[in-house]
Amino acid sequence: MDGLHLELLPPLLKGFKTTLMLTALSIVAALAFAMLAGLARMSRRVWLRWPAAAYVEVFRGTSLLVQLFWIYFALPMLLDIQLSAMTAAVLALSLNYGAYGSEVVRSSISAVPKGQTEAAIALNMTPSQRLRLIILPQAWRMMLPGFGNLQIELLKGTSLVYLITLADVTYQAMMLRTYDLSSTAAIFVWLLVLYFAAACALTLLVRLAERRAAAGRS
Amino acid sequence: MWKWEYVEKILPKLLEAIPVAAGAALAGFALAVLLGLPIALARRSRNRWLSAPVAAAAEFVRSTPLLVQLFVLVFVLPQSFGIRLSPFWAGVLGLGIHYSTYLSEVYRSGIEAVPKGQWEAAIALNFGKWRTWSRIVLPQSVPPTLPVMGNYLITMFKETPTLSAITVVELLMTAKIAGSASFRYVEAFTLVGLIFLLLSYPSALLVRMLEKRLQRREGRIGSR
Repeated sequence: MDGLHLELLPPLLKGFKTTLMLTALSIVAALAFAMLAGLARMSRRVWLRWPAAAYVEVFRGTSLLVQLFWIYFALPMLLDIQLSAMTAAVLALSLNYGAYGSEVVRSSISAVPKGQTEAAIALNMTPSQRLRLIILPQAWRMMLPGFGNLQIELLKGTSLVYLITLADVTYQAMMLRTYDLSSTAAIFVWLLVLYFAAACALTLLVRLAERRAAAGRS
Repeated sequence: MWKWEYVEKILPKLLEAIPVAAGAALAGFALAVLLGLPIALARRSRNRWLSAPVAAAAEFVRSTPLLVQLFVLVFVLPQSFGIRLSPFWAGVLGLGIHYSTYLSEVYRSGIEAVPKGQWEAAIALNFGKWRTWSRIVLPQSVPPTLPVMGNYLITMFKETPTLSAITVVELLMTAKIAGSASFRYVEAFTLVGLIFLLLSYPSALLVRMLEKRLQRREGRIGSR
């Protein structure tokens, strides 16, 4: 099995664990930001709508890597605080993809037929009941494909944390390369395969969620 | 905390780096536009031996990070294949290949939106394959996708900081060099963010305008 360079796998998998954890944490946080910002942008209150719009446009208008550097290098200087690379990475990834996700939330909620809101009002539901029981369950189904794509983008985005020296799988690969330049090609093939496997797993998870959300519907 | 004199000192350097970033984005976009069409056509092919491998390769490129692909171009290509590229051109090639998989999807959506009657009309007129594609299908499928393509150009421009990892001296690299010389990162990185925002936000608005105009034109053609 010399051609496969299996000896490279254990160190790579160590970094891969960090990558997966970072991805999972960032996805959860991004989902929260996306929901909050998406709902705030649809609010009738200006003091909710405007800050949310500013957040979304700023994070969609600049690069993820610039945001990561800003949060890791500039923000601690501004606020005089300490930020670990992991915290900075989760913040940057979740704020960035949360901004993109908020557009998915917004378009999905607007796509729920108006009659649904009217029916909920007719049934004397409170605004929070309306959102929780009527609008969101229907919008959620429409959000899933968009979220699925963003998850893959987020997973790919985690590789940038190597540049703030967080020991993810890309970082491990670069370290391995400095020890053994001759197996550079094998290292990168394994690295790409690991990312591809993670992307396939995420796609599968979203498919499952889609099937669950579609249960009992035509 | 925030020193305006320092801003004055580094702003010209940062502005000088814009053409590098914009150039890499534009050249990469041109490559992606060129590569995207054959990928889309190959994936539509009825020949499984062509469509399946191309689809698999495109999915693989799409699902793996651009950063790693750039490393492959600068570390693996010279070592395993003897191909040496300058960092800038490796960056252009990486951006172009990565985003060609996205643009192939854009082409696909455009092609699928062409009504079936158009294909049938081409057959009825005895058009060959080449004439059907060049005179009927592509002229109708590409223009509606222009706003989406414009958005990808903006996305690619925002992706150029990744090229700093392979030592292309674009905006972020310039800021990093300036910042590390004086240990003042706040101004440098904030300015880079502002430059990206000031360039990409108006472009995004422009694309949105183009989209509205195309929709209006479509409405007119539809009602005719």
